[in-house]
Amino acid sequence: MPGPFACFIWFLGFLCEVAVLVCAFKKQAIRRYFLLNLYVAGLIASDIGRYRILTEHGFSSKQYQYFYYYSDAVLTLFLYFALSTLYTHVFSELKAEKYVKLGTILLLAGTALFTYSVVVQSSAKLVTQFVVELSQNLYFVGLVLTYVLWAAILKLRETRTRLIQLVLSLGVYFSLFAANYAIRNLYPSLSSVFVPLVQVFATFLPLAWAYAFWRLPEEARLAPSRLAVIPR
Amino acid sequence: MMAALILVFSMAALLQFFISYCRSLIAASAKQPLSAEVQDVTGIKTTASGDDFARVLQLLQLCPDRPEDRNGIQAIGFYFRILGFLRATVARIAPSVRAWTELERGHCTYFAAVTLDRRIAFSRDMFAQQMES
Repeated sequence: MPGPFACFIWFLGFLCEVAVLVCAFKKQAIRRYFLLNLYVAGLIASDIGRYRILTEHGFSSKQYQYFYYYSDAVLTLFLYFALSTLYTHVFSELKAEKYVKLGTILLLAGTALFTYSVVVQSSAKLVTQFVVELSQNLYFVGLVLTYVLWAAILKLRETRTRLIQLVLSLGVYFSLFAANYAIRNLYPSLSSVFVPLVQVFATFLPLAWAYAFWRLPEEARLAPSRLAVIPR
Repeated sequence: MMAALILVFSMAALLQFFISYCRSLIAASAKQPLSAEVQDVTGIKTTASGDDFARVLQLLQLCPDRPEDRNGIQAIGFYFRILGFLRATVARIAPSVRAWTELERGHCTYFAAVTLDRRIAFSRDMFAQQMES
């Protein structure tokens, strides 16, 4: 079993995930941000699944490791599609939904092909390695896409506070994970420090989303020029 | 090489997203007026000074904690420390950065005061509920 601190962080993360759905339901934001909420529901389901496998088979069992990495890959895909819906919201006035969907699928296929071409040369456990690598690559692709979306928000002078906070918190989340994976690849000896941090980082997104759904009404507006790091 | 590039890009993006996220939290609370009580306690009327941030945080710690505020106040506390670092380093040679950091530190204090206002209202509601039951 993981230590008491890891269990506490896990439980806190689980509570925050439930809080997101409760806040979204209470503020009638389930349908509007359906894929975001579906992703959070997936997080809750995977947490329950992980806990069951952990108690039955143990932390270092093959079952737990397989379930952890496969569920993580599925959740990353969910999050990737949730990000594409944020694009749809930002570009809603341009009627660009069709192009966003096409771009999402093409980029995902490109990332999967790139991952496969890397994995096929170097691994015996092809499927498992592919799943783990795809998940890591999608975090970086997600980060780049969120960065582009943030630039579009500033350029289009998007004013919806809740949407802006959802995008920015996603950007922080993707950056944390991409940086974490990069450090672990650069310095494998530091993995014992940076692997447990994943659980801590994972609590940020549900906390930020719960705050955005609960505290900010859909009608809230702010001037995006206030948010640019370089004042405009 | 690739991992190093990803790390540099991720860290730069993280800094930018984090600062923008903190500023969005601050901007969302900037329009909220403070109650007369909080104005009296903190001495803040419409604009706040960064020097009062620590004092407002101490007042916050006296009130019962609200889980939904915890994330925001921690993020702003970290942002305030980044601003303090900038103020102590870059701002010494660039006056425009100094003016900007002072303004941002004041906004952080105002955010903390708005959070204090919410906590006081929350405590009062809880007390009223207990009295009724």
